[in-house]
Amino acid sequence: MSEAIVRKQRPKFLALHEIRLPLPGIVSILHRVSGAGLFLMLPFLLYLLDRSLASPESFAAYKSVVGNPLVKILLLGLLWAYMHHFCAGIRFLLLDLHKGIDLQSARNSSRIVLAVSIALTVIIGVKLW
Amino acid sequence: MVNRIVVGAHYGLRDWIAQRATALFMVVFTILFAAAALGLPEMSYQTWSGLFRNGIVRFFAFLFFLALFYHAWIGVRDIYMDYIKPVGVRLALHLVTIFLLVGYAGWAAQILWRL
Ligand code: HEM
Repeated sequence: MSEAIVRKQRPKFLALHEIRLPLPGIVSILHRVSGAGLFLMLPFLLYLLDRSLASPESFAAYKSVVGNPLVKILLLGLLWAYMHHFCAGIRFLLLDLHKGIDLQSARNSSRIVLAVSIALTVIIGVKLW
Repeated sequence: MVNRIVVGAHYGLRDWIAQRATALFMVVFTILFAAAALGLPEMSYQTWSGLFRNGIVRFFAFLFFLALFYHAWIGVRDIYMDYIKPVGVRLALHLVTIFLLVGYAGWAAQILWRL
């Protein structure tokens, strides 16, 4: 097995106040954050599904839980998380197939992912409430 | 030229593929289910539970949950690998995560088949 050569000459740019995360980086970190957030909220989401399906009485109780403004805000956040994770996920799958990997397309698709997931969140949010 | 020594138990590739296969399944299910749910004439216990009483919906909804839990396991484990370095803590988180997800799978089965 060959020795890995790690010491390469790479340019260094450590002006921290001038470094900013490029758009595809933002999409990527939000994909991770949304995945982790959805994972953490799984028990709550399963609980809601359970109550909505168990019986007409539990359905009524479920309605009043999701009618609470704080719960609504939380669910709206989770809806966005799902939409973003969904759209960014599809983008990653296309990138895995080497579709759109040049810089300009990658930037454009990042913009599309951010915009579409917010638009879908608003549309579905309005439709549900 | 990539100079990298590839080591390990080779579970990486299998999980990588599984994460993408589950993602694809979830995309298709999400679109079909959203269309069916948003197309309900009204949102009541009758229509909503009726949707899940349909055998095909129930079957694929359960597969969706299994895909989701498997997908989440791989994803969350990748996140632990990046941020949690102490072996003991990481192992403990792995166990808690697996127990939770297996429990959720049982819960999902109960929710769907009690109808
Ligand atoms: C239609 C639904 C979904 C699609 C298309 C999707 C797609 C993906 C893809 C392609 C990845 C791999 C990203 C990478 O390796 O860089 C991923 C990672 C992940 N997914 Fe999903 N996913 C979906 C649903 C979910 C749900 C509902 C959860 C939450 C429980 C979730 C949790 C995660 C986590 C935690 C990761 C790891 C993120 C990371 O490593 O940064 N996913 N998802």
